[in-house]
Amino acid sequence: MASSAVALPRVYEERGLLSWLTTVDHKRIGILYILGAGFFALIGGLEALLIRTQLAVPNNRVLVGEAYNQVLTMHGTTMVFLVVMPVLTGLGNYIVPLMIGARDMAYPRLNAFGVWMFLLGGLFLNLSFLLGGAPDAGWFGYAPLTAKTFSKGTGIDFWILGLQLLGISSITSSINFVSTILLLRAPGLTLNRLPLFAWTTLVTAFLILFAMPSISAALFLLFLDRHLGTHFFNPAAGGDPLLWQHLFWFFGHPEVYIMILPAMGIVSEVLPVFSRKPLFGYTAVAYSSVAIGFIGFTVWAHHMFAVGLPDVVNAFFSAASMLVAVPTAIKVFNWIATIWGGAVRYRTPFLFAAAFVALFVIGGLSGLFLAAVPVDWQVTDTYFVVAHFHYTLFGGSMFAIVAGIYYWFPKITGRFLDERLGRLHFALQFIGFNLTFFPMHFLGLAGMPRRIYTYAPGLGWEGLNLLATVGAFILALGFVVFFVNIARSLIAGERAPDDPWDGHTLEWLTSSPPPPYNFAHIPVVHSRRPAWDRKYTGNPHARPVAEIAGENDRQEGEDAPEEPIHLPAPSIWPLVIAAGLTVFALGLVTHWLFIPIGILLFALGVARWVTQPLFPEAASHP
Amino acid sequence: MARTRGAARGWAWWGAARLLIPGVWLTGCAAQSPSILAPVSPKGRAEADLFGFIFLITAGVFVLVETLLLYAVLRFRARDPHRVPPQIHGNNALEISWTTATALGLAVIFAMTWRTMVATSAPPADAMPVKVTGHQWWWEFEYPTLGITTANELVIPVGRPVRLTVTSADVIHSFWVPQLGGKMDAIPGRENTLWIQADVEGVYHGQCAELCGASHANMRLRVRVMSDADFQRWVEAQRAPAAQPVEPLAQQGYQVFMSKACVGCHTINGTPAQGKVGPNLTHVGSRTTIAAGLLENTPENLARWLDNPPAIKPGSLMPRLGLTPEEIQALVAYLSSLK
Repeated sequence: MASSAVALPRVYEERGLLSWLTTVDHKRIGILYILGAGFFALIGGLEALLIRTQLAVPNNRVLVGEAYNQVLTMHGTTMVFLVVMPVLTGLGNYIVPLMIGARDMAYPRLNAFGVWMFLLGGLFLNLSFLLGGAPDAGWFGYAPLTAKTFSKGTGIDFWILGLQLLGISSITSSINFVSTILLLRAPGLTLNRLPLFAWTTLVTAFLILFAMPSISAALFLLFLDRHLGTHFFNPAAGGDPLLWQHLFWFFGHPEVYIMILPAMGIVSEVLPVFSRKPLFGYTAVAYSSVAIGFIGFTVWAHHMFAVGLPDVVNAFFSAASMLVAVPTAIKVFNWIATIWGGAVRYRTPFLFAAAFVALFVIGGLSGLFLAAVPVDWQVTDTYFVVAHFHYTLFGGSMFAIVAGIYYWFPKITGRFLDERLGRLHFALQFIGFNLTFFPMHFLGLAGMPRRIYTYAPGLGWEGLNLLATVGAFILALGFVVFFVNIARSLIAGERAPDDPWDGHTLEWLTSSPPPPYNFAHIPVVHSRRPAWDRKYTGNPHARPVAEIAGENDRQEGEDAPEEPIHLPAPSIWPLVIAAGLTVFALGLVTHWLFIPIGILLFALGVARWVTQPLFPEAASHP
Repeated sequence: MARTRGAARGWAWWGAARLLIPGVWLTGCAAQSPSILAPVSPKGRAEADLFGFIFLITAGVFVLVETLLLYAVLRFRARDPHRVPPQIHGNNALEISWTTATALGLAVIFAMTWRTMVATSAPPADAMPVKVTGHQWWWEFEYPTLGITTANELVIPVGRPVRLTVTSADVIHSFWVPQLGGKMDAIPGRENTLWIQADVEGVYHGQCAELCGASHANMRLRVRVMSDADFQRWVEAQRAPAAQPVEPLAQQGYQVFMSKACVGCHTINGTPAQGKVGPNLTHVGSRTTIAAGLLENTPENLARWLDNPPAIKPGSLMPRLGLTPEEIQALVAYLSSLK
């Protein structure tokens, strides 16, 4: 499809380890994010299996007391910060620029810095297991359990600094997404035509930018409390443990939307393609994402109904939390209406996306019980909550992520994932997930609190716990099949054409995998489904509904003005800066000698970053 | 009382809902299950009732949505892979209807929520006050009007409201006895109020519901609900000073207690032991459990505990004291005599 008229750019080396360490290509960075998240998912998954093994029978001794708390804390922290967030960032990194017809992200080096900061921050956090014990105060780290008095080891310090490093990564990637999506869209691609995955990635980036500073500040204050004798969270000296909860949940609740919105975006791409229909109610779905983002900042204290806030305050947060259900319900109904009347193809991406809708509905409905204050007083901090958020974050986010991986794998690798293994994976994951987490609703109602490492027999909890443990191992088997499928398909998977699913969006117009510069010609966009419309304009049913032509609209077939394509040069300095910050953090927790080394690396990286031109080619030939 | 009537009227919601929940049968089978769906207090009933109300609505939505989804997926499966179905982009009337319906449903749920909050949050004026203090990892109960301090077993009279003032001596804990109603966090530096009332005599399981360190799972408690007469007898017994050891072995145990580290942490009223770190042991022999509800209060279990507390409760502030078997036997005899 590429016309020969355009001069193709100089392409940098794409082989060898060094090319990966220095890459600034959004696609390779996306792959690094996804592989890193996959690696941490193995760790977080093993932690989950350890937890379920310990809880399989009453009075078990596999993982006791502090050790259990470490694994519990790291499971939550890993799954949130090292799996769901980065894999969504990775998919966004790879797909969004293609989807909007951009050649790269707005800031390629900052993008590389973000992925290195994520990988090193994740390793730093897990290093705590080897250096004196992992953090053990839960992923929410409530004060004053995290104070030096009650947590003497370095686990909490690893947690504080690890989350700070990961926060830096999230903020840089969010700045990049905002700039890219707002500024680098193809001609004619108005916001009103933006694909839903790009929409939700944009909203998520804003959520991260507004939410992350709250936890960064809280972690900073906690670090001061632990090491410089301040008393922000120490009630004995006039500090307030509830301050931590407010700061944490002001981040923590938007965080759950950070994890679900891009997943909803994926589903909003997959369902229309496999139903061969446009997304039903595009505008409502897009704006409900924005609404969820806004309301998401007004509900944080629903995590705090049992801390003794006044009734009126509780009632406000209860009402706001219920309000979130409106835009969420709009999406669910629109997804079903998208499938309705379609020509549905049961390929693996569709199975996972449809299961997402089915399971997310359960998570949404159980959330209503938690928003109702008096019911929450009973079920908060019980297994009912564990069931609820796994239905949203696993049944929701993780099912959508898997759908996205099956969907975009052919674009990324040029090969299909195996369909039969995919179905086996789906069956195991669906059955295993429900066996693990559905019984937990009943455990919570039967009075079993969260985060307990053991329980006595005779309370009616044994059978359901054993069932959940069996489910967890079936679920794990599903992921084994998934990883086997990926490995096998990378080597011997069926070759995929450029547009294997009869896609709707721009990424299907370029080759699989795409060239480093993405598109030889930047396509001009005339509708919400540019790829579909190029294929089906002759079909009477396929003609897009009339949309108001934007100022940028060009006539059909008219090329975008050709400008020379320049690719940004590879650079090692983003990695050096990230390494400098990580070594610095290590120095704060372990030996002081690492501090100057970290500062030196950081300074060197910054100095070289700013003096190395981004486009050496363009600089030498002005 | 208006509150009771409200709860009784609302009870119907739950009565209808429970028929639909298989899990109730599942967990209901275990007679001892501390289920929030087997409440014995007015507040617990109101909460279970609100649960039932929301359950009826959400169960309806669940069935509706999952049926539509399943129908769409099965009915519209493509037989001809090249067929292009009609391209429908939306339907304003439909979208406005389901948005409005959702909003109305939520408004009703919120109204019921608010009604339940108003009806149950304030304790009745005649409630008996008890101060609850969470410690790593045990519960302290003080009856300020009765002059009683005890641990891990809250004893209350049947059918009478009790106002709990909940706080913590160290980290955040959460007081929760599911059958008596919702939980309340115990936060250092704050005093939260929770009221409970048990309408049926018996023993109710409770435990800490906020992660509070290594032995969070081992911070259990029991609420023993007695008739008024039994409660009065219990109060009189508790207010009496500690029993004097009579048997020689118990007398020997008294000597061990007063000469070892025990006195630094524990109080036994009427003796030199006035420590405030651990539970008050004045009438420890009258309790049904030891070690924050972990073990039945038997001589064997008490000996196990005294030999090595952290082995039973990981992280326990009471260390392994290195007591000889003879000292342990003597202490067991003495502590068991403190009825």
